[in-house]
Amino acid sequence: MNAPLIVFFVLAVVAILGAISLILQRHPIHSALSLIVVMVALAGLYLLMGAEFVAAVQIIVYGGAIMVLFVFVIMLLNAGSEERTNISKMAGWAGLPLAIALMGFLAAAVARSTDRVQAAAQTGAPAPTKALATLLFQDFVYPFELTSFLILVAILGAIVLAQRDQKESHL
Amino acid sequence: MIPTHYYLILSAVLFGLGVIAFIFRRNIITIFMSIELMLNAVNLAFVAFSQAWNRLDGQVFVLFVIVVAAAEAAVGLGIIILIQRNRQSLNVERVDLLKL
Amino acid sequence: MTDFLAQHADILITLVKIALLLFIVLTVNAYLTWFERKVVAHMQSRWGPHRVGPHGLLQPLADGAKFLLKEDPTPAGVDKFTYFLAPLMALALALTSIAIIPFGPDPIRVLGHDIYLGIVDLNIGILALFAITALSVYGVALAGWSSNSKYPLLGGLRSSAQMVSYELALTMSVVGVLLLAGSFSLRDIINAQAIHPERGIIGWNIFPQILGFLCFFIAAIAETNRVPFDLPEAESELVAGFHTEYASFKFAMFFIAEYTSMITVSCLCAILFFGGWLSPFPASWTFTHYLPSAILIPFGLWVVWDGIRYETIFGRIVLPGLGTIITVIGAVLIALPFINEFIQGPFWLLGKILFFLFVYVWMRGTLPRFRYDQLMSFGWKLLLPVSLANVVITASVILLRSR
Repeated sequence: MNAPLIVFFVLAVVAILGAISLILQRHPIHSALSLIVVMVALAGLYLLMGAEFVAAVQIIVYGGAIMVLFVFVIMLLNAGSEERTNISKMAGWAGLPLAIALMGFLAAAVARSTDRVQAAAQTGAPAPTKALATLLFQDFVYPFELTSFLILVAILGAIVLAQRDQKESHL
Repeated sequence: MIPTHYYLILSAVLFGLGVIAFIFRRNIITIFMSIELMLNAVNLAFVAFSQAWNRLDGQVFVLFVIVVAAAEAAVGLGIIILIQRNRQSLNVERVDLLKL
Repeated sequence: MTDFLAQHADILITLVKIALLLFIVLTVNAYLTWFERKVVAHMQSRWGPHRVGPHGLLQPLADGAKFLLKEDPTPAGVDKFTYFLAPLMALALALTSIAIIPFGPDPIRVLGHDIYLGIVDLNIGILALFAITALSVYGVALAGWSSNSKYPLLGGLRSSAQMVSYELALTMSVVGVLLLAGSFSLRDIINAQAIHPERGIIGWNIFPQILGFLCFFIAAIAETNRVPFDLPEAESELVAGFHTEYASFKFAMFFIAEYTSMITVSCLCAILFFGGWLSPFPASWTFTHYLPSAILIPFGLWVVWDGIRYETIFGRIVLPGLGTIITVIGAVLIALPFINEFIQGPFWLLGKILFFLFVYVWMRGTLPRFRYDQLMSFGWKLLLPVSLANVVITASVILLRSR
């Protein structure tokens, strides 16, 4: 039971508790806070694996921009607590065990098949950002430019969607 | 050294919890957040494999997934704002005009 | 017992460093409030606090006692969990950012262990600071929303929108420095400025990156919600913005968080652009190593002289005592050269941090505040394009030089 294993279990438990809290909370803002906790725990796991740049980007972009967007929208739309719905009891009683069974099946399939994945030597050294940048800008430069275009399209789409209706004469 | 399948099991569990949240919640924003949770679980699997195979391609793909999630969140939240404006409710069962 | 200490020495050293640094940062925070009130007051031709203790030096203690003893009401209808979480988050994040900052180049050698001045030196130092800045938006937004009142909600939303907008300009303006240094680590950035020690001040990043420095400083002031960007929390505008409904201790937490982020920004300005712990004089001028003593000894003597003729008896005891301690420290630095060499780095860094804190307070006393739409258009339409242009120019110059 060495230190990395303890850290892994702590972070994994925090992530799972955050995800369960996401499911169980009534108010969407508490779900958003739980999701932020999950993301920070995952960033910790990335640091444990040596992917430090990805960990930093996860917190800055995912935790600091995307979730801020979610929190803003929840505040602006004044989303209250969820109302009780008339979901059929049958769906609740049958669905939850089936979903957990799906999860267990996935986990078991993964656990059994990854014995062969241990092939390459894991150095445990942190991944140098320079190598990541070289890979991104040489081998993956075409998808990189495409994602910048995608973001531009998304910005335009979001602005057009959220605009107030203009007067009819503008059309 | 932590075995890779520990990370993959965690990723599968988080993905399953995201699916459960997606199916059982009624608020559109919470459903959207469960999609983000599923994307995060997938990111974890990518980085785990990137460490296992000692290549950086997995981490590059994680960057792309984060970017795509950001774009999707922007447009999706715009759509959610429109739904709130038109149906005056964030309950996904109220968005049922196309129902027979 | 000693076996346990020897085995876990690293963790214990780090814990002691954390406790010491927390104590120092909180004390500096408290006396920063004194400094601000004194400086702003003297700029407005009045004395600041001068009753509580000699020259008002015990005013922060009185303020701290007030914050602890005042009534702490919770308004009705607040979202309890978020209401209590927001100041905690703001304070925790602000204090965490101090852990990444290096305060001196040389380690202290104690019993075979190298104790570096600074809690940790991350490979991604500056990125971690950006991550903390990104997360501190939540403290403000959640505080405003959970207060169940319209002024805090407006103030919180405005403030967090401002912080998110200026965060982009902040990160872009530092990219120039990162290109010059080739690393995210703060120690590497300072060492990159120390490559030619005979250049002294010319080697600092401020000269190639003057545009980046201006963008960084302005964006950082907007990030910390200080004048001239403090419309969301200004008293005449939105009552008190996002922390209207917060009473004594929780308000104190926001207060400490704001001043700590001010200190962090000053540290970053000093490290990224002004050479960190490097002396502005060329390395061959070793007589400048006596500058700390040359400042401390006259200052100590002046404090003694001022204290002898002070009005209250308490002042007539305390001030000469303080003055003699300062003079003795200055004399000790002349007498013991190895301590003098060790203290050079931290001395220059602290001097620069004090200078930037003074500039922050100076702006508080001098400048009017931006209107909100002016603020947003300044951030998006001027600051972000200028910082992007800085990145492009820096990258082009580096590329052309390497040809």
